[in-house]
Amino acid sequence: MNDRNDILVALAGQQNAGKSTLFNVLTGARQHVANYPGVTVDKKYGQYSDAEGMVRTVDLPGTYSLTSFSLEERVAREFLLQERPDVTVNVVDASNLRRSLHLTLQILEMELPVVLALNMMDVAEGRGLRIDQEALAERLGLPVVRTVGRKGEGREPLRAAIRALDRSGSGRPARLPVDYGPLEPDLQALTGAITAVPELAGLPSRWLALKLLDDDGQAARLVAERLDAAHTELLLQEAAQRRATFEREHGLDVGDHLVRCRERAVGRLLDGVLVGREGNRPTLTERIDRVILNRAAAPVFLVLTVFLIYQIAIVWGYELTTYTWPFLAKARELIAGVLPAAGFLVDPYTRDIGLWLVDSANTLLNYVPIFLILFALIAMLEDSGYMARIAFILDKVLHRFGLHGQSTLPLILGGVFAGGCAVPGVMATKGIPDHRARMATILTVPFMNCLAKVPLYTLLLGIFFVEDKSLMMFYISTMTIIFALLVSKLLTKTVLRGHETSPFVMELPTYHLPTVSGVLRRAFERTWVYIKKVGTIVIAVAVVVFTLLQFPGIPQERMADFERRGAEAVVAFEQAMAGNAYARIATPANITPLINYFNDYKRAKLNAAGASGSQAVDAHFEQRHPEFFPLVSPPKGDKDARQASRALRHLDSARKTLRREMKEERITNSLLGMIGRGLEPVTQFAGFDWKINVALLSSFAARESSVATLGVLFQQDEDQNASLEARMGAETKAAGATSLLGTAIILFFALYPPCLATTVMVKVQTDSYKWMAFSIVFPTLLGLGVASAVYSIGLATGTSGIEMMTWTYFSALTLLLILGLFGGRDRRARQPVFEVPTAGGLRA
Amino acid sequence: MPKSSDRPTRTLNDIRPGHRARIRRHLGRGAVRQRLMDLGLMPDVEIVLVRSAPLGDPIEIKLEAANVTLRRREAATIEICDDE
Repeated sequence: MNDRNDILVALAGQQNAGKSTLFNVLTGARQHVANYPGVTVDKKYGQYSDAEGMVRTVDLPGTYSLTSFSLEERVAREFLLQERPDVTVNVVDASNLRRSLHLTLQILEMELPVVLALNMMDVAEGRGLRIDQEALAERLGLPVVRTVGRKGEGREPLRAAIRALDRSGSGRPARLPVDYGPLEPDLQALTGAITAVPELAGLPSRWLALKLLDDDGQAARLVAERLDAAHTELLLQEAAQRRATFEREHGLDVGDHLVRCRERAVGRLLDGVLVGREGNRPTLTERIDRVILNRAAAPVFLVLTVFLIYQIAIVWGYELTTYTWPFLAKARELIAGVLPAAGFLVDPYTRDIGLWLVDSANTLLNYVPIFLILFALIAMLEDSGYMARIAFILDKVLHRFGLHGQSTLPLILGGVFAGGCAVPGVMATKGIPDHRARMATILTVPFMNCLAKVPLYTLLLGIFFVEDKSLMMFYISTMTIIFALLVSKLLTKTVLRGHETSPFVMELPTYHLPTVSGVLRRAFERTWVYIKKVGTIVIAVAVVVFTLLQFPGIPQERMADFERRGAEAVVAFEQAMAGNAYARIATPANITPLINYFNDYKRAKLNAAGASGSQAVDAHFEQRHPEFFPLVSPPKGDKDARQASRALRHLDSARKTLRREMKEERITNSLLGMIGRGLEPVTQFAGFDWKINVALLSSFAARESSVATLGVLFQQDEDQNASLEARMGAETKAAGATSLLGTAIILFFALYPPCLATTVMVKVQTDSYKWMAFSIVFPTLLGLGVASAVYSIGLATGTSGIEMMTWTYFSALTLLLILGLFGGRDRRARQPVFEVPTAGGLRA
Repeated sequence: MPKSSDRPTRTLNDIRPGHRARIRRHLGRGAVRQRLMDLGLMPDVEIVLVRSAPLGDPIEIKLEAANVTLRRREAATIEICDDE
């Protein structure tokens, strides 16, 4: 069909009007999220097709108004102006019609074809409000559609209205109901002047005149883009002159006058259209808030909520990963089977790097169940309206340290107590309207206890603090928020000092029951973003770290030595097999396949579930290689097979020892090893030797690798079979390490820079490489400083690790309390200037 | 900063929970002023102070159809008169 008519539709509306829900209803599952060019505001778009063609739909950021004061408003306005959508759907909260229509009038002034979606009609009716839909449509000169986004009602009428409006002639200016009274002569004169300039033809002239009279910087820039300097100056001057005259003559700020006129227009529009004010009967939301926001009960509910999130997402989610992990392990086995087989001493590079990548991806994917649950819970908190209340309760505390009530969500996601991830945490700072507080939040979220820090803490506690485990765990989990608040205060007073701040003025939305589809959609969406953004980075970094650990590799003469020892082990095996019934299998060509077969079998047996699973493994391996099978699982009474099996195990153990030594030598010689040793002069004050340095460096790529790297560096012989705790403990203690070193490492790790994925997110959210670099350098210096101070002081005074930890903890806590109680408010915050007008309310 | 002196002015910061008042004018400028007006805090609008947060700041006020929260610092820039 060639008469298809594809159109562009924009959804505009105020916050909490249910715009996004309606967007989901309208477009269904096919949506994408991108960024508007140059800014960190999400651009959500989707599409659907109807009988006439494709309808591309964009969900604009929620805005109360269309001025140029906030980023969201500028973005929304820019889109409406530049893209000129064929139809704009203005989603309004029917239960708050009076306020919502202010935005409607502003959209109409931009001369866009508008469909009004009266959303949340159920809430409005529940409050006893009746809206005369037809009269409203008649007075506004717009199609008005009744919708209840949360229940999916009104989709077809809305789609039909969009088409009908587009068909009836796009670009038809709707009736303009706002009369600006005494400003009208100026407005009309300026509109005339604008219409006379051909270069400004594409712009809505009356709107532009209004904006110029209102001294809107963006509108002035819009003119400057199209006109030469002289003409721009002329036009702006005329506007300025008219503004000044009006303000002098009427004693009124133009901006205030516009709002007042719109308010009057809305009043006239609604007169007789909106019947029944919501009565004096308290709404359900008010009754809930009386309990939830009660002075005494509010903290209890808040703690309970945070605890529940922690319990459900982190604790139970972690348990869930024990069920999902086998799937990942299985995937690894499958990939391992596809990759080239292992060699006797040296594996092919493709196998090495392939498995390394799979392992890196698996550590990440292992957290997916946790994130799904976490994101679903957060979505429920947001949709229900409680999240805004959390901000209300905590704003005072957070504000005192330079943060914002809305910093709570990022901090929870980052893992306030134990377990979270800084990546979604930093992602969630998007909603904080105060720029400086937002920056402070971005830079302090990484101090939270991310899930991946926990294994290293557990390891260190197991080595150094067996007796004080629970006390240390308490310190570690509560220390982070203390540090974060202190750091935030410090940054706000120093590097962030000059940054723009804005006030905390926010609507407390009506409580809603979250919908299942809404919550699930958001949970999957955010988890997917996490996998996509973090996944690609982690894989890229894994390659880099792999390279740093592999090269330059083992020196040739050392390699020759390893090969000689390998050959000796093979000879020993062959000798042991001499005269054995199975000797014919032990040909040189068979040795490596046999060893690999043996290891595959051992691993499969280990992973097999129950007796039946174990039998299935046996059957499978017997079928795979009937000749080898007796050597890995000797039949009863077959003496030769038993002997051969023993010889094979000896060979395997010798091979493992060699490979381990080679690996250690490779890491010692590696670039990362060199860097680790190079850092020893600096890190010695904190007591870190090169092995710990290497582990900490590799943990920059992804925290999980710190424990894995330590595992490689503190190796054991096969028959020793001690845990990493015991090995590392024995080795470091032999080298004179004490619990003091443990404290130093823990403190450093708590303040350690965010992992690479997080720093990438910092880059995305701040749109600046400078801040990304800062987010790496600053915590490193801070962590090293604190760890060195604690280690050196402890060493000089002979204080134990746990005592030093107690000292550090209570010093930080005291400082926090002093700042919190006596630090007072930040008087020098960049506040909008108060110009107290002289009597008569006139601005000079 | 000069104080306007025609009569002792009261701001939104000075009233207690449950108290009803009418907004007279805004002393703040720019973005704050705009934001407050956009949220419905316009001159002549009637408001009720619902509560303050457990730590005393911010405060929650009730407008005709919505509840809004703001810090005391901003509340102090909104002049009110008693509603009779």
